[in-house]
Amino acid sequence: MHSSLIAWIMRAIPFGTIIMYGALGETVTEKSGNLNLGVPGIMYLGGFAGFASAWAYENTAANPNGLVSILIAMICAIAASMLGGLIYAFLTISLRANQNVTGLALTTFGMGVANFFGVFILNGASYSAAPVANKAFAAKIPVLSGLGAVGQVVFSYGFLVYAAIVLAIAMHWFLTRTRAGLNLRAVGENPATADAAGINVTLYKYLSTCIGAGICGIGGLYYVLDYNQGIWATTGQIEALGWLAVALVIFTTWKPLNAIWGAYLFGMLYWLYQFLPTLLGVTLASYMTDLVQMLPYVVTVLVLIAVSMRKKKEDQPPAHLGLAYFREER
Amino acid sequence: MSQSTTAVREPLLRIAKREGTTLPQKILVRAVAILLALVVDALFIFFVTGLNPLAVYGVMWGGTFANMTRFSWMLRDLSILLCVGIALAPAFKMRFWNCGGEGQILIGGLIAALVMVYQGNNLPAPALFAAMAIGSMAAGALWGFVPAWFKSRWGTNETLFTLMMNYVATSIVACMTNIMRGQASSLGTLNKATKAGWFPVIMGQRYTINIIVVIVLTFAMYAYLKFSKQGYEISVVGESENTARYAGINVRRVTVRTMLISGAICGLCGFLIVAGKDQTIATTSAGGRGFTAIIVAWLAKFNTFYMALISFLLVFLERGASEIASAYSLNEYAADIITGVILFFILGSEFFINYRLILRGAHKEGK
Repeated sequence: MHSSLIAWIMRAIPFGTIIMYGALGETVTEKSGNLNLGVPGIMYLGGFAGFASAWAYENTAANPNGLVSILIAMICAIAASMLGGLIYAFLTISLRANQNVTGLALTTFGMGVANFFGVFILNGASYSAAPVANKAFAAKIPVLSGLGAVGQVVFSYGFLVYAAIVLAIAMHWFLTRTRAGLNLRAVGENPATADAAGINVTLYKYLSTCIGAGICGIGGLYYVLDYNQGIWATTGQIEALGWLAVALVIFTTWKPLNAIWGAYLFGMLYWLYQFLPTLLGVTLASYMTDLVQMLPYVVTVLVLIAVSMRKKKEDQPPAHLGLAYFREER
Repeated sequence: MSQSTTAVREPLLRIAKREGTTLPQKILVRAVAILLALVVDALFIFFVTGLNPLAVYGVMWGGTFANMTRFSWMLRDLSILLCVGIALAPAFKMRFWNCGGEGQILIGGLIAALVMVYQGNNLPAPALFAAMAIGSMAAGALWGFVPAWFKSRWGTNETLFTLMMNYVATSIVACMTNIMRGQASSLGTLNKATKAGWFPVIMGQRYTINIIVVIVLTFAMYAYLKFSKQGYEISVVGESENTARYAGINVRRVTVRTMLISGAICGLCGFLIVAGKDQTIATTSAGGRGFTAIIVAWLAKFNTFYMALISFLLVFLERGASEIASAYSLNEYAADIITGVILFFILGSEFFINYRLILRGAHKEGK
């Protein structure tokens, strides 16, 4: 019972980290009033670019170094996902295309690019691995992770898990305490007012969309190189994770700090089906586990309903979310 | 007052709203967009694979037009995609972001499959088909009703609500198929021996009934949106909820009613997939069409006949890509990339229909 609880938490936290990156990135994007439904596609781009660059480095360098491989993978993942974000930004901000439709097209595109080029790396095999990068990304904290149960639960993850928490706190500070953060929120709430106040609406929207996409991409990178043990296979899994990240943004009511515990809660709910039998001491039929898997989504729906019923001002989405801004429009 | 200090240089490009774009102009813009997209795709094909893009496009053409079987597959896919598009059109015209087509199709298909399996031997064929159709439409309508009711009552965000409902439906389908298959490793074809609940082959064509149903729906939905009072109410609510309220339209009722229709047609599509195409149900039965159809409906501006054209374009690309995949031993994900690029270009081209760019110095006073 005790050990399965620990095992459960150790499954939930890495899972939560993937969607935490996705949710944090999407939060930045949505704060500028852009509802980017391309998160799954961007996570595909980031995950694939990170894997492909690490894989290429390992297979060409004579003596692959873990640190270099981290650096290369991070840069490529962020660059690729920012490019994906840039396509979305150009279409929705400059060309004022519909945000939902553009986002969905980006999801199709990103998934296509990742799986299409992925097949070249697979080269007929069912999966392909980047062990050096995986080792570097999944390296535990040396001494602390050996400290019994607490050490296992708290300190036995790759560095990106802790980076996600730091990022969430930094983002909270940025959005509530800095001028740029407040300007960004003004752009999302009412771009016309922000424009009148001298804020460069287009610049803010572009930057937040691209940086947000970059953060989402790290989620994809973490999925492939740490969570999935550095293995690339043609997969539809990242898509489901991407939508879960979008759901998490709602769950956190657009507050980065909530993303920390929200993501882990989603992770617990997602893995519930595997640990429920041992925790309760019952055996579940396999069809019941299929039903248990809908829990994170049902919880999101309940939060969505609760938030809309309470109508608290600070829990609402950015007022201009999903709408294009054109200065000359009345 | 002091002109010299405030003299701002005129920007290189200015954007102005364009009024009254004519039909030929619209067609021209879209044709140019598709052409440019094909050029970009050709460059992509050439640089990645080193193949002659024209030869590749030729093979793609064959994916639809090589022989009657191919053509019939194209019609099969086209009719299903168009059916989902028709289902989503009224919701999107109302600016209700129904991203739950996927779940509505699945739950409709599941009910059809359940009726097929458990009543296949008890009911005569007409009653069986009726039960399947009614059951799946009711299930789809229910899936559309839940988010619509919350939206109309409390303004709950429907984009995400419907999105989450997809996964609830997926879980239920996974659970039910798990029960139905028992010890077998997969569900396989349903009612293989009796063929109860299978659409008959008509004129040597397996998909005739699907195609006929979708053609009827195309005309019916066009008329519903264009000529009926309810269709008018939908477009008023979509343009402005306040105007609708001022005009005495019950926005809540219109929202719920439209989503019932939208969900029911999605459910019906699930029935068509199970009875007329796959003869089985799986979590992948909807195959992303719930999302692709959003793009179809949106690009066609909810005109069902344009929707047929766009569906054809997308299905043509998809079939073509799977043809390339087998011919050049590439993989089918090429279709997603090619489709993505074309969608980006078409979405971007809308800008040039709604706005015009004015270069620096090109003043036309009084226009």
